[in-house]
Amino acid sequence: MKNNLQLTEDGRLKHLLSLDGLPARILTQILDTAASFVAVGEREVKSVPLLRGKAVFNIFFENSTRTRTTFEIAAKRLSADVVNLNINASSQSKGETLLDTVANLSAMHADMFVVRHAAAGAAHLIARHVAPHISVVNAGDGRCAHPTQGLLDMFTIRHFKGGFHNLRVAIVGDVLHSRVARSQIHGLTTLGCPEVRVIAPKTLLPRDVGNLGVHVYHNMEQGLKDVDVVMMLRLQNERMQGARLPSAGEFYKHWGLTTEKLRYAKPDAIVMHPGPMNRGVEIDSEVADGPQAVILAQVTFGIAVRMAVMSILAGN
Amino acid sequence: MKIHIKNGRVIDPASGMDSVQDVFVAAGHIQALGQAPADFHANQVLDATGLIVCPGLVDLSLRLREPGLEYIAGLESEMHAAAVGGVTSLACPPDTDPPLDEPGLVEMLKFRARNMPGPRVYPVGALTRELKGERLTEMAELHEAGCVAFSQADAPLLDTQVLLRALEYATTFDLPVWLRPQDMHLSRNGVAHDGVVAARLGLHPIPVPAETVALSTILLLTRETGARVHLCRLSSRAGVEMVRQAKRDGLRITCDVNIHHVHLSEMDTADFDSNCHLVPPLRSQRDRDAIRQALREGVIDAICSDHAPVDDDAKELPFQEAEPGATGVELLLPLTLKWASETGLPLAQALGYITHRAAAIMGVNAGHLAVGAPADICVFDPEAAWLVSPSNLASLGKNSPYLGLEMIGQVRYTIIDGHLDFKRGARRSG
Repeated sequence: MKNNLQLTEDGRLKHLLSLDGLPARILTQILDTAASFVAVGEREVKSVPLLRGKAVFNIFFENSTRTRTTFEIAAKRLSADVVNLNINASSQSKGETLLDTVANLSAMHADMFVVRHAAAGAAHLIARHVAPHISVVNAGDGRCAHPTQGLLDMFTIRHFKGGFHNLRVAIVGDVLHSRVARSQIHGLTTLGCPEVRVIAPKTLLPRDVGNLGVHVYHNMEQGLKDVDVVMMLRLQNERMQGARLPSAGEFYKHWGLTTEKLRYAKPDAIVMHPGPMNRGVEIDSEVADGPQAVILAQVTFGIAVRMAVMSILAGN
Repeated sequence: MKIHIKNGRVIDPASGMDSVQDVFVAAGHIQALGQAPADFHANQVLDATGLIVCPGLVDLSLRLREPGLEYIAGLESEMHAAAVGGVTSLACPPDTDPPLDEPGLVEMLKFRARNMPGPRVYPVGALTRELKGERLTEMAELHEAGCVAFSQADAPLLDTQVLLRALEYATTFDLPVWLRPQDMHLSRNGVAHDGVVAARLGLHPIPVPAETVALSTILLLTRETGARVHLCRLSSRAGVEMVRQAKRDGLRITCDVNIHHVHLSEMDTADFDSNCHLVPPLRSQRDRDAIRQALREGVIDAICSDHAPVDDDAKELPFQEAEPGATGVELLLPLTLKWASETGLPLAQALGYITHRAAAIMGVNAGHLAVGAPADICVFDPEAAWLVSPSNLASLGKNSPYLGLEMIGQVRYTIIDGHLDFKRGARRSG
């Protein structure tokens, strides 16, 4: 990296684009701040005035309901004005470039852009071109990064396991196409998790994934052995088309998380999933709804983590 | 026009000559070296003290973006940029709009180029009509119109039967075929080397076998047909090894690399710099080191700029959506000098890859500096430092991976066909 686009010269968070390249102290600051926001959601009055008068633009070049909604809730709980824009069908199809769209929105006096785009690096490109007072939060760019999802996963692990230093964590499924997996890997390695594993067929792993600091497994029995955390990934149906997998059934048989396979992990292992789940494809309902699953807690923590990110970016 | 180039260090890579002496140019040719011929009265005297005088550079791949793509660049701007870069002969690939698949188009291009200052332009004709990979072009006619070779540029040729027949037909007229090895299935949707950076950034990968599988097909069909094949833009260590072996086996092939692949690697794409989005992709440092080694050993015959001006609108996009290619003709010389100085290669040897060796592949009388040779000469300051910036580049393409970085080595004079075509302002930088 030529310079760290994400930090100001004095080392504060300027944009949140990827967990790759952020120091542990920033990640910890976000998690600590999020902890103080968890209680806000449980109060009678669910908002705080930290972003009063600020305009947050949710710019989604790719469809998403869940992520956009959680950002919207988080911004509203911080008392920001929220504008939602779905651009997939409108201006882009009229030939307007990404940067033109962003320039137009900047002219509407935005303070923060929350951006989702199908191409890796889109949020980086926008961050490089916005006016200096605007912060960019990456809400998912292609296969590259989904840093707030990675952070809420870190928050969840820390909440249930107390820390990262003695943990063995397995990430299971379609790592190749997953921005979530990349953010989880960077989050875990940065926060000091000593052993991160990925478990998947070879067609769903990047060729040089081992260089990201993970141990590679193709078999659930070996890969889940004695792990503390199992992080499942969503498998999209279109993966069955491109000769990466023969069928959802064969995937489920080998890599779907069932009660039987979960027994290879430690008895107190937690099971996570970024949602939306494909029950019976990557995860069995018995596990998804079982006592070890913390999937709904992830959703709740997701709002607190996004509040923390926006509040820190706004200078609080 | 008679020109007297005084007191320069004259390097002729073809003969290995490297000594300080004078060069005398008359009637479009080099009339003498060392002593002035009797009754030589120069119209122009160029003081080359402290400068290097070498053959004008020969670039095997320079996109002029004409016809059809003049909104990006054109003959006037890019031929001038080539002269600024010391290039006096260039081959332009057929990937224009329409592609160079008809004699009329080639004649028009040659005509326009001839009536403009700047280097000698040698079009490479399309191997198949519209570069679609289906029907052969009129290669013999295109050759008469001025095409020096035939190629698909970066367009796919999926049908191996068409490739076989194209090679057979070209060989009928002993015409060279230039092919860039890339399997279009293995590289589908890909934008980056299938390595650690693509894994980290989630960029769609192009694995090394995309090059080697295609290379294997080309080599087998070359053996079968006896065709004169030149391989363009090798990028991988495995590809280089296959070429080394094929040459050992006696196949008459040559190959080149893009100068950017001599210096850059996948690590340079790590911050999504779309100016580093090239075809073939920048690969690992091991691949780059293998390219350097193969150049030294002569397994790779030439270096080209693969000059590809791209406008900002097509580059200021997310990496995978940005149009590939880099502007490069003005960096060909300084980057070759940088490679020579980093590897301790003698200048006379290094310059050979961008002069006489490239000319031999193109099959033209260029790239050497000897009495009787065409007066195509580059005079450069090997010490001059300059900054790569949009305003310092003459090309309309400002898409360089080196923006903001310093280059050492700058052209002072470019002489083409005995005329001073380019002269840098008297102010000396650095």
